[in-house]
Amino acid sequence: MPKQLNILFIIAALVAAMSFTAPAPSRLVLHFENYVGNLPLKLDSATYKNKLGQTYTVSKFKYYISNIRLCRKGNSSHLDTTVVDGYYLINEEDPASKEIVLKGLPDGKYSSITFTIGVDSLHNCSGAQTGALDPVNAMFWAWNTGYIFLKMEGKSPVSTSPGNLLEFHIGGYRTPYNCIRTITLNMNSVFPLADDVTVSVEIKADLAELFKTPTSIDFSKLSSVTDFHNATTIADNYKDMFSIKQ
Amino acid sequence: MFKKYLYISASIFLLVMSLAFIGDDKYWTITKEDVKLDFPKDFPKPIYDFKNNTPTPEGFTLGRKLFYDPILSKDSSISCGFCHQRIAAFAHIDHPISHGINGLLGKRNVPPLQNLIWEKEMMWDGGVNNLEVQPISPITNPVEMNEDMGTVIKKLQRSKVYTTMFKTAFGDTLITSQKLLRVLAQFTGLMISSNSRYDKYMRHEDTLSKTELHGLQLFRDKCAQCHKEPLFTDNTYRNNGIAYDSTFKDSGRIKITGDKKDFMKFRVPSLRNVEMTYPYMHDGRFRNLKQVLDHYTQSYTQASHADPILVKGISLTEQDKTDIIAFLKTLTDKTFLYDRRFADPNMVRY
Ligand code: HEC
Ligand code: HEC
Repeated sequence: MPKQLNILFIIAALVAAMSFTAPAPSRLVLHFENYVGNLPLKLDSATYKNKLGQTYTVSKFKYYISNIRLCRKGNSSHLDTTVVDGYYLINEEDPASKEIVLKGLPDGKYSSITFTIGVDSLHNCSGAQTGALDPVNAMFWAWNTGYIFLKMEGKSPVSTSPGNLLEFHIGGYRTPYNCIRTITLNMNSVFPLADDVTVSVEIKADLAELFKTPTSIDFSKLSSVTDFHNATTIADNYKDMFSIKQ
Repeated sequence: MFKKYLYISASIFLLVMSLAFIGDDKYWTITKEDVKLDFPKDFPKPIYDFKNNTPTPEGFTLGRKLFYDPILSKDSSISCGFCHQRIAAFAHIDHPISHGINGLLGKRNVPPLQNLIWEKEMMWDGGVNNLEVQPISPITNPVEMNEDMGTVIKKLQRSKVYTTMFKTAFGDTLITSQKLLRVLAQFTGLMISSNSRYDKYMRHEDTLSKTELHGLQLFRDKCAQCHKEPLFTDNTYRNNGIAYDSTFKDSGRIKITGDKKDFMKFRVPSLRNVEMTYPYMHDGRFRNLKQVLDHYTQSYTQASHADPILVKGISLTEQDKTDIIAFLKTLTDKTFLYDRRFADPNMVRY
């Protein structure tokens, strides 16, 4: 091959490479941080108190987040919504799971985020799934098909369950025992998202809320929820578990 | 001279042996034809339609191996086939309730596995909503196989035989729960019973005796509202007058729906191959079909939560009962019971 052609090739390759270094897509990182009241959640080692002053510890805390929708002000004044596909299992034991990274969202000024705690009814009926919905994650009821949306386990001395266990496995997609709850959080200050920008939003999940409002849970009377009995009571409590920390 | 005979007889022996092996291979080999989706013409559209899980010879063969492999249980003692016996249309002959790991007793009678792809929901209470996820129940049940799904996958991943078989079936060695569940669904989903004498009679390929025909007529009159042809179930939940047993404490469908109206309702089971699936009902309380028919001719009141059909009453003479039983036996499907595709590959051929 003649030399000139060689050089030509290199130049062509360079030009091509340059045109490919498009700006990095924007990134929105949702950090889920689990708390009990004002204290960051510590598994096993820390003791907490519910509203009635009953002490408890936590050994497990996992929940599904799905159907994320982000609202932004577009060029016109009305709000545009971006829907993010995907199911995310936030697991206190697995730090990586607490970060949801969303890439390539449209530019704009984001003002609120809406998401579902749980798994929609379609995906409760669609057979064998993968990823966050893989039954190896032990968030699946086999005897009454469906996902456990939220799992909290621990101990309380007043619990009458064997081993003083606390066991709250909340799920169910059929009425009247539907435990899917939708949460909308407004951003404290509208944030811009554009090319090359990474924005982090910290979402606080307060485990204490499971046992607080609207229904205060007395662990000596209710220490185990593993089917539809009392499930919606806890679901109504977890509905207001989330807030944005900024 | 003697040497020549020896050679000849040795080669004849070898020839016969190799022929026998070829024959055996044919018995165990699953071909494309074996996994063709060919549903009986008079059956409705299947509910599980294999849309994302088209059966392949490799997938089916893997599903068959897994079905008969105790590796799916915690101490490698119990396979699916241990409870689901082929000769009983994959129910368990003569056990009222299931026996699982360490001889632990379950709560329910092992149902037959047949025509599963026409079932909207599975189990006696309909708790399982998709054929693919059904195996998670026995695998993780503490009194059945007592294993954790993650551990099952790890065990399979450590096995050379399985990584090779998964590679053949899916093109890569990565084993996931979805692949495991889908090949099991290929195997159980193709368990189709549609060649009993009754079916042949309906297709004008065989005849039934006078007694059997009288039984069929009575059946259509008294039983078919619930046990609807051709699947012999209408896929609903009903209370067929079965009394609550305070030792098992099994109240049926209510456990799934939480709806008081579902107290003591169970899924109407198919009656195909019913001759082979004794004992009967969700807890195996009746030893034989005569006891079942005696149960149906008792009188029921509204208060017993029984289905209106039973409250109205089913009356049958002793001769009627004999005839119905004769008819029920025409639902035995030998083609299915002896279908080589579903035989345990670890067994000697029979
Ligand atoms: C310990 C015995 C046992 C083992 C092992 C077992 N099963 Fe079952 N199977 C049962 C019983 C009992 C039921 C009914 C359960 C119920 O209704 O709650 C059942 C129900 C089923 C059903 C639903 C049938 C219907 O029509 O409702 C399918 C499908 C099934 N089993 C497949 C399997 C597969 C696949 C395996 C292996 C992964 C397996 N079983 C292992 C005992 C067993
Ligand atoms: C009102 C609906 C209804 C009617 C009518 C009815 N059945 Fe049933 N049948 C059921 C239900 C529901 C079950 C399962 C009950 C259980 O497991 O506890 C059942 C179970 C059976 C079984 C046991 C099957 C097995 O695999 O264990 C047989 C056999 C049977 N019925 C035969 C009949 C015959 C014969 C008639 C007519 C004389 C009849 N049934 C009428 C609803 C009905």
